[in-house]
Amino acid sequence: MRGPRGAALLLAAPAAATLLALVVAAAVLQLAGADPVVTLRDALAYGLRPETLVAVVNKAIPYYLAGISAAIGFHLRLFNIGIDGQYRLAAFAAAVIGAAVAVPAPIHLALIVTVALVVGWGWAAIAGLLYVRRGVNVVISTIMLNAVATGVIAWLLSPERLGQIAPGSNNVTTATISETGWIPAIPTPAGGLNGLVILAVLLGIGYWVVLNRTTLGFEVRAMGLSERAATVAGIRAPRLALLTMAASGAIAGLVGLPQLLGASHRFGLDFPAGLAFTGLSVAILGRNHPLGVAIGAFVWAFLERSAQVLDLAGISREVVTILQAVIVLSIVVAYELVRRVRARQERRYVAQTVEGAPA
Amino acid sequence: MTAASMSAFASRSTWLASRVTHVALGFAVLSLLSGAFDAPDLFSRGGISATLRFTAPILLAGLGALWAERSGVINLGLEGMMIAGTWFGAWAAIEWGIGPGLVVGVGAGVAFGLLLALLTVTFGVDQAIAGLSLGLLAAGLTRFLSSITFATVPGGSITTSPPVPDFAIVSVPGVDLLIAPAESADLPILSDAAAVVLGLLTDVSVLTIAVVALVPLTWWILWRTSLGIRIRAVGEAPEASDSLGVRPWRYRYLALAVSGGLAGLGGVYLVTVASSLYREGQTAGRGFIGLATVIFGNWNPWSVTLGSVIFGFTDALRTRQELTVGVLLTGLGLLFALVAVRRGLGRDWRGVLLFGIPAVAMLAWFWLVRVVPSELVSFAPHLTTLLVLAFARQRLRPPAAIGEPFRRGDAG
Repeated sequence: MRGPRGAALLLAAPAAATLLALVVAAAVLQLAGADPVVTLRDALAYGLRPETLVAVVNKAIPYYLAGISAAIGFHLRLFNIGIDGQYRLAAFAAAVIGAAVAVPAPIHLALIVTVALVVGWGWAAIAGLLYVRRGVNVVISTIMLNAVATGVIAWLLSPERLGQIAPGSNNVTTATISETGWIPAIPTPAGGLNGLVILAVLLGIGYWVVLNRTTLGFEVRAMGLSERAATVAGIRAPRLALLTMAASGAIAGLVGLPQLLGASHRFGLDFPAGLAFTGLSVAILGRNHPLGVAIGAFVWAFLERSAQVLDLAGISREVVTILQAVIVLSIVVAYELVRRVRARQERRYVAQTVEGAPA
Repeated sequence: MTAASMSAFASRSTWLASRVTHVALGFAVLSLLSGAFDAPDLFSRGGISATLRFTAPILLAGLGALWAERSGVINLGLEGMMIAGTWFGAWAAIEWGIGPGLVVGVGAGVAFGLLLALLTVTFGVDQAIAGLSLGLLAAGLTRFLSSITFATVPGGSITTSPPVPDFAIVSVPGVDLLIAPAESADLPILSDAAAVVLGLLTDVSVLTIAVVALVPLTWWILWRTSLGIRIRAVGEAPEASDSLGVRPWRYRYLALAVSGGLAGLGGVYLVTVASSLYREGQTAGRGFIGLATVIFGNWNPWSVTLGSVIFGFTDALRTRQELTVGVLLTGLGLLFALVAVRRGLGRDWRGVLLFGIPAVAMLAWFWLVRVVPSELVSFAPHLTTLLVLAFARQRLRPPAAIGEPFRRGDAG
């Protein structure tokens, strides 16, 4: 169903979800004792300042990487909740190895990125193998692997092993990576833009090309549309599932790099955690399309950043988490309703065509 | 009794007898090991009652998952429903007392269960997306509510509540008097056995007893009442059920409400019996472990209970000494070594490697390091879940219509 009517329907879903989210936001703000209109206007004004926008983009980069990682799995209905463990383990390993070597800049960076890719790939491959060989549900296995990763990192990061106590705080971190392993920020009038934004853009293009211009991508899309048809056509489902899961993990391995290479240069207890659900959410919002995921990641980061205004108004910024959940839920409902309307239109169209055809 | 059913009964009791022998042997070996290495809290009374307290919430999540999946819906929102149960249970218990706390906590779970039903049954949204989003919603909602309630009172903060009242604690009368001497007599295996009996029968919360009673109740409703048969029919063949007048949406709504209520009760259990306050992140993936128990238990309440005990036992390890876990690891290593030897006798060399390598690793760890650090113990239940799912025999029979949305006359 192409054409203006189809496009209108496609936009109807996000528009309806946004509207519902705004209504819920207003209701929650009212409940918390703030004036919804004034607060939302303030939040929007704060969010649209150039400095804030640069910060939002910086925040959105890891969200985007996590979103692409989730989107890769979504094609085969593999819910990679393990993004969380994959990127934290990958960033931890990359930080340890990156700090242990002294080599020229290009090699150093390549080494850190490779370590992150390989660790994320390997950790996800465990879940992939369990799924393919033993039929273990990916959601369950990856959540369990997240807990294992958390424990292993906590154990290795203690001061007796690979960690050291950061001076002047109770944070425990790995050693700092030397400057040959840093990626400088891109200067803009409104502040430094994380250099990893280039990696994110290249990754988005690469994802689109592989998915739409290669045999592998075709196989993945075919399998996603109809497993039975794809299997009959000779595509091996287990191999593809394992490959997809591992690829999702490799990309997940990159999620920690904007922080590691562009900001903190070491892995500590304060390293951002819990980005798996963010990734899944923005992939759902963006319907697995690289541009859509980018918009989703931006919206997510924008909401979180502009919520800082709420603290000034004396409201917990956790309101945003409620909003995010409402957006995801209402958007999936809206997409489903749109799908039904389209299916009905298609049926009617087919019925008319068949009736109108000469016997 | 026919000859066939007699022989089935006989083979069943042989099976049971061999299982009981295995368990008794394993218990004896572990008991001797813990005596030899001076790790007394492996089978202490406190350790056993901790296992009971850690088993109950997983069991509730498991039963919740069972109800939902038997009706054909995978409830990936269990974790969120449990979170709702912890917060609302704690809040109402602090405000009005333990009884209202129970009702409100379970009610919050039911409300989330109905919301999941609305999304998956009425709107036909993907069950995984809907369930996981509910988890996000529950986490955000409770954090926000904490900020306007617990954070403003003394003893509370945005992540923790003030102390929550507890349920009454009861003991089987006379047991303590009769068996306690055996526990303190320092006999090789008997003292440990006495401690296990005491741990199970004395100082037990009334809520724990209620949770244990829910297992036969679930079995009875799902397998012995017409309501249960309809719920299971909807999970196996929704179209056929619908054609006979059993409306799938109605029974899925009901099953998800029960599922949410059980998860909510699990949350209440966590804040009242398993601990004494609400803490953010308290559920720690137990909702998902509950889902795993259903797979392990082949969608049967009795086996789900067995799975919950295994996961509860490993979960309770965090309350033990590091040396105790080391002893347990040795026991596991010996078991793996035994299996490897048996595989070797059967000339199954892959099996020898599969079990032999972990056996050597576990025994070497105990020999060289002896203790298992608490950071590594923290993920014991999760690792066990993974291993059990990976190695368990895969003769599973899930409900046929699991995960599929039902829409009358919808071709897709």
